[in-house]
This record gives sequence, structure tokens and C-alpha cells, in this order.
Amino acid sequence: MKKLVVIGAGMASGRLLEHLFEEAPGSWDVTLFNAEDRGNYNRIMLSPVLSGERTYEEIVTHDAAWYEEHGVTCRFGERIMAIDPTAKTVTGENGEVAYDKLIIATGSNPFIIPLPGHDLDGVIAYRDLDDTNKMIDVSNTPATKAVVIGGGLLGLEAAAGLRLRGMEVTVVHLNPWLMERQLDEAAGYLLQKELVGRGINVLCSANSKEILGEDGKVKALLLDDGTELPCDLLVMAVGIRPAVTLAQEAGLETGRGIQVNAQMVTSNEDIMAIGECIEFDGNLFGLVAPLYDQARVLANTLLDVPDAFVVKDTATKLKVTGCDLFSAGDFADGENREDIVFRDPARGIYKRLVIEEDRLVGAVMYGDTADGNWFFGLIKDGTEIEEMRETLIFGPAYQGGAAADPLSAVAALPPEAEICGCNGVCKGTIVEAINDGAGDLGAVRGTTKASASCGTCTGLVEQLLQVTLGDEFEAPTAQPMCGCTDLTHEDVRRLIKSKELKSQEAVWQELGWKTRNGCHVCRPAVNFYLLADWPLEYQDDPQSRFVNERKHANIQKDGTFSVVPRMWGGITNPTELRAIADAADKYDVPTVKVTGGQRIDLLGVKGEDLPAIWADLNKAGLVSGHAYSKGLRTVKTCVGTDHCRFGTQDSTGLGIKLEQILWGSWTPHKVKLAVSGCPRNCAEATCKDVGIVCVDSGYQVGVAGAAGMDVKETERLGDVATEQEAIDLTVAFIQLYRENAKYLDRPYKWVAKVGLDWVKERVVDDLEERARLIAAFELSQSIYRKDPWAENAKEAEGFQPLADLTLEAAE
Amino acid sequence: MSWIDIGRVEDIPLRGARKLKTALGCVAIFRTGEDEVYAATDMCPHKGGPLSEGIVHDQKVTCPLHNWVFDLNTGAAVGEDASIQTFPVRVEAGRILIDGAQLAGRSAA
Repeated sequence: MKKLVVIGAGMASGRLLEHLFEEAPGSWDVTLFNAEDRGNYNRIMLSPVLSGERTYEEIVTHDAAWYEEHGVTCRFGERIMAIDPTAKTVTGENGEVAYDKLIIATGSNPFIIPLPGHDLDGVIAYRDLDDTNKMIDVSNTPATKAVVIGGGLLGLEAAAGLRLRGMEVTVVHLNPWLMERQLDEAAGYLLQKELVGRGINVLCSANSKEILGEDGKVKALLLDDGTELPCDLLVMAVGIRPAVTLAQEAGLETGRGIQVNAQMVTSNEDIMAIGECIEFDGNLFGLVAPLYDQARVLANTLLDVPDAFVVKDTATKLKVTGCDLFSAGDFADGENREDIVFRDPARGIYKRLVIEEDRLVGAVMYGDTADGNWFFGLIKDGTEIEEMRETLIFGPAYQGGAAADPLSAVAALPPEAEICGCNGVCKGTIVEAINDGAGDLGAVRGTTKASASCGTCTGLVEQLLQVTLGDEFEAPTAQPMCGCTDLTHEDVRRLIKSKELKSQEAVWQELGWKTRNGCHVCRPAVNFYLLADWPLEYQDDPQSRFVNERKHANIQKDGTFSVVPRMWGGITNPTELRAIADAADKYDVPTVKVTGGQRIDLLGVKGEDLPAIWADLNKAGLVSGHAYSKGLRTVKTCVGTDHCRFGTQDSTGLGIKLEQILWGSWTPHKVKLAVSGCPRNCAEATCKDVGIVCVDSGYQVGVAGAAGMDVKETERLGDVATEQEAIDLTVAFIQLYRENAKYLDRPYKWVAKVGLDWVKERVVDDLEERARLIAAFELSQSIYRKDPWAENAKEAEGFQPLADLTLEAAE
Repeated sequence: MSWIDIGRVEDIPLRGARKLKTALGCVAIFRTGEDEVYAATDMCPHKGGPLSEGIVHDQKVTCPLHNWVFDLNTGAAVGEDASIQTFPVRVEAGRILIDGAQLAGRSAA
């Protein structure tokens, strides 16, 4: 009998032995080495073992009896020290064995990030049963915490398993969304939402810095941003690498893996390799299907039956801890590629098809993957889809029928079909209300409550009105935000609050956006709404801002910028003026102008000079004047009681105080203030967004003035006796504006919509609400009251050209 | 074609752009939300706005001056009879390569 030695008892070699004993029983004398002290088990089922849904015994594929029956000499728990291809022997820890043919199936090693502290006790990979048992051990102690680094399939399975065992689990993922290789951002968002719903914390775009320990045991994971995540167990699931050391030392050709031909033979004709340790035609293998193919091919090679391994396009249909995912083909964008996107927020479904030249080239699905194989078939066969394009995304059931009319679909619904999920209103009730005289959306809402809560069924209710009333129905005139959605700004603001949407991806998905990531109209608005409503949870996104707010300077018609340092309340001094003059000289500023808001404007600064000029101005104590922002611009003052013989209060001091409280805050549109020291009103306070006029008895706080395309005097919000009350009213008013106004509505436009009385009720009369508004503003300012120039000067690199080819061309 | 390495993909913010200086004026290098990289003249045909300062959405960019929108695949302006010149780029091992021959061969306008 020929001698066959197999190194590694995993999924691939197990399947190989099955083939071999089935096709040619008794022809090979097999010795099986395994570094783990056990035989072959189904590694794919480790997750259920971790979560407690299965036991190890249930996932064993080959037991001792099976090995004995086939005469396999088992040397489990024994590592191979060396292979000698010339003598045709392998040396294990317990001695040498000769072979006629050798099979390397060493699989892969988990990649351990060499973070400081990676060798602490309690830091493990997730690869085999030993790792799994270690995790189970730790989780048996109550109130223990785990951190999983890596939001790929393995990491998420580990996290879900540990969570089911009662641990508090945080997943730390480097990329902006989970499973970025298999999923696009939208599907990644849905998966994250599902996991968070199960009590798993997920941190994306999170970079690990150091593993902290105590007495040699892991204590916490420290992130780049300073966050410390306490943990008793740290699982690294960041990827695998083919285990090639043994093969390398034996002189076999290796690349990323052990190189084999289509017959699974390595560069030595008597040594073969299969599984995760190999590289074939530039490919590595991690899924089980190709491994089984390799096992079949290798069995045939050993039996001298011609066969060849072919790399097949694989679709990934995964069930990550109960969430259905599917991805196939190439779903990155490219030239000539188009998307068809389907979202059903209520059911948590997302589907995206990528089409190139009338053929389907990629598909990603989340939540409903029933049609996955049909789409995969279209991709593989390169089927022309032009004919069925309009209904393609609905799957095979919808092909060949007439084009769907949304109205006919609504008309076909039975009376008991539920339209409004929030208030449990069915179609029959709504139709009855319409027939009884509810002729528009407002009336239907009033009588039935349909679409009065979250509002996502508004479209359906309108369609019912249209179907029931026919031509009598007047389409609503509310303007949608832009072409990306049918919702109005007001709808979106309301839904962000009521559905607690805290990321752009959440808005796109939950509100059924028609485009991938918005457009220049809706994205800046959504960015503002999110940061205004969720200052701590949402991080401002510079790429969703107009150039001026991204560059913290105003772009001019020739592409240069203007720089305006802040002068608190319009007060400056010789040191600041010298610094401004020096900067103007140093950066060749062509124009220096005094603005209407009592500041100095340096016009014509080159984009790449911005960080340097800011750094110079910072040195003199000058910070950004936000002359570019939809936020607090300036507080204009007169000299008040300091110098003026008519001044009644310290208007300059109040102006400075207000500016120091309000600066840095983002608002729906720009906000300009002024404080005048007496009714002569030298600071022109009565045409500002907030204008305070000091009088002998105190302060008159006016709001909603305008002096631009419209000119309008302020309306009196209230008269107060103390400076503190004047500040409180101002801050509360601005926070109310931040929370409720439509993006790009100045305060006067917003007040005209909601009415001054509505504002007064909240800011002046209701002291509890006033206190809440002030506290909410302060909370937001804990993030935003800082100098963006100082922050950006530190990252000057981004302001420079990516590369300069002019020099190269000159050479 | 002569491919020139101009930097790493990560050097451009997601849904953002950076300028590339060339002897014949600036070229804007865009990175979309899905990590695709595009290159086009950094000048809007309308009033010369720097497109590298615009908002990048989907596979499009909006000019920061007057909101003209360009499709980065074709360079065509959406809803306007105008276009910008695009240049072949490719990404290899995380580095952006641009075709130098095309860059040198374009008109100075």
C-alpha cells in the first residue's frame, strides 16, 4: 500500500479522505497529523457552539471509529517540525514518517494585529474549538465584557455568540461600515442597526491603538480617539493568512499561499496542497464550496483520474446571526454602470442591482434574499435585461406582466389592508372618511389619524384620496426637498426626531431616499438636521457642506478665498491689527476691507495658504470669524456706557458675552446679532436676526429682522430687566430656530411660518421649555464651541494639491 | 498611455476631491462614496468655478459657484449643453494612477 501523509485535519482534507476511501478503499495507508488535539469537525458550525445552540459533539464530522474503520493513523495534537522532500519524510514532534505522497492542508492562521498588548492573557483569535472554549469560559463569569476587533463575518459571529451568552459586547471596525467586502454602505447600515437592536455596540471607523492590561491580563482596548473600552476578553477577527511556513521551509514555491496547479500539485510532484493554505492562479480561498471542489480534484489526482480545478464565480449568501445577506458579482461602481435600488424601510429591506450595458453585473441584498439565486444566474449568464429592466428588482415573479401602476396597486388593496402602521388605520376606514367629506390629507389625518405619526404612509394616503375622489383630488403643493425624496424639509426634520435617525445612512434608508447619498441640495440640509438634533451622536461631515464651510473661508469668483478673523463685539486692539497687517503683507492679500459687521476682511487668499495664514493669526490670539458659515456671524455693538453720553447699558459687554456664548454654533442659515446701547440704535439692531436695544429699564429683545433681499424690522420677543435674561432669551430663541427651522430659512422666514406667538410661548412664557432649550444649546456647544481654524491648521496637508506635475513636466 | 502615480486613494476624503497641479492647469481628482476615483478639468465651463471644491454625490459633482452638476463618467453637465474634459485614472494597490499622455495631450484651454 502506498503511504499517504496528510498534514492538517480540516474541512478540505476531511472531504478528500472521504472521496479517497469511497473511490478506492484500501489503496492508501494514511497518516493524519493535526496540530489541534482532535480530528475533523465542522468549523462552520463553531458559531452555534459559541452561542450555546450546539455542542462540540454535534459538529464532529469524523469520529475515532471512522478513522479506525479506514485504517487512518491519527497523530492529533502533534505539530510537524519539518518536511524533507528529498528523503520524502515528515518529522513530527514524536518522530519521523515516510511518504509516497504528501498533502499539505495546514489551512490559515488568524492575523493578529501587533498592537501593544496583543500578547496579554485574554486576547484571542477566533479560529478553532480551543478559542471557542476560551470565550465560553470567560462568558461564564457574570457581568463580563468583550471587545471584538473586526466587523467581518467571523467577528460578527463571535460578537453575536458572546452576546447570547450574556456578555456586554462591543465590535470595533476599522472601515466605515460592517462587512465592507460583501456589502455596500446601505446594507452595512441595516446590518449594524440589527446588531445594535440585539444589544451589541458597534463602532465603525474606529482605529485601535493599544490593548491595556493589568497583571498580565487584558483590561481595556484604547482607540485612537482616546476612547477606552473596558473588557475581560478581546477577540481579534481581522482576517486570516494562509499557513505557508512549513511549505516555505521545505522549499516549495509560495506566493501569498502555497502555489498549486489545477491538479492541486505543488512545485514538488509528490506534494499536494488544498484548502485555505493554497494559492491558485492568484486566488486565495476562504469559503467552503471551492475547498470541496479542490478535495474532489485532488482525490482524482491521487487516483490518476484526469480532473482540473476551476475557480467559479461565487455568490455569497450568508446568514449572519439570523440576518439574511446576499451579494454576488461586482457591485462597485464604474463607468457606464447604473444602479437600481429598492428600499423598504418598514421591513428593513434593501436591494441594489448594478447594471452595465444592459446586463446585470452585481447584486447586494439585505433582509429579503429569496431572489438571490435568480439574480446570480442573470449575472453568470450575462442575460440581456433591457426588456425586464423596469420590474427587474422585484424578482422573477414580476417578469412578463404589464407595467405596474402604483395607483392600481392601491386600488386593488382589500378594505382591511393596513395603511398606517403607527395608528393601526386600515384602507376601509380611510376610504369611509374620504367619502364622508375628508377631502384632503389634513382632513384625513384629523379624522382617522392615518399618517399623523411617523408620516411614512403619507404617499399611500394621498394615493387613496386620488383613487377615491378621482379628478376632484387636488395634489398637495408641498415642495419636496429635492429630486432625491418626496418628503419636505419639515417632514424630514420631524422624522429624524421621531424615528431617532442619527446618521446619513439611516436617513437614506429609513426615509427611502431615491439616490445613494443625496445631492448638493439635500445632503447639506440633512447634515445640519442631524448635527442639530443629535450633537453628541452625529459627527459633522465636511463633505456634506458647501465649500465655504468646508474650507472655513469664503470662496471668491476667481477661486481665491477671503479670511475674516473674529473681533468679539467689534472690539480690537493694536496687537491684533498688527497681526492682521503682517498677514496681509506676508500672503500678498490684494484687498483689505472693513465689513458691515464690524470685522476686517482679507480678500484674495490662495486656498493652499489658508492653513498658514490661520496659524499666523492664531498666534496673535485671533480665531475664525465664521464669516462663511450658516451659523453665528457677528454681534455688532455700539460703545454703550463705556464712552457714549447717551448709553444706558453696557452694550459692548453684552455683545461680547453673546458672541462668546454663541460662536461656533451651526444654524439653519446665517445669524447676525447686534446690541445697541440706546434707542438711537447705532448698532442697527432693529434689522438683525436678534437685535437687542438697551433702555434705562433694561433690554428690549427683538427677533426676526431682515436687511437683505427683504428689509424688515425686528418683532419684540420680550422686554427684560437683567442682562442674564436678555442672554437667556437670545440663546433659547436660537436653539428653537436650530431645532425647527428649514435649512436655509433665515429666522424672519421661519418666524413668519410658525408665528411669533408660537415662539413666545416656548421662549418667553414656558420657563421649563426655556431652560431645556438653553441646556440643549449648551450641550451642542460642548462640541462646536471651538476654533475651526486651529483645528484645520493642524491638518494643512488636505489644503495642498494632491500632487504637482508641473515640475515633472519641466524636467 | 503612461501612467503617473499621484498619491493614495485615502489622501482624498470620501465623497471629496483634491487638486492635481499640471503644466496646463489644475485637474480635479474625485473620490466617491464608493471609493471610485475620477479625474476631470478643475474648471467649470460656466464661470470657471473650481470643481474640486464642489460637493461630490453619487458619481457627480456640483460646482461650488452656481450649482452646475457634472456626471464624472462622461463629463457632461446635467441639463446644460456643456461638458468638462475627463481623464483616465485607475487605482492599483490603493494608489491613484493618471494617464500622463492624456494630460499632456489636452488643449490648454
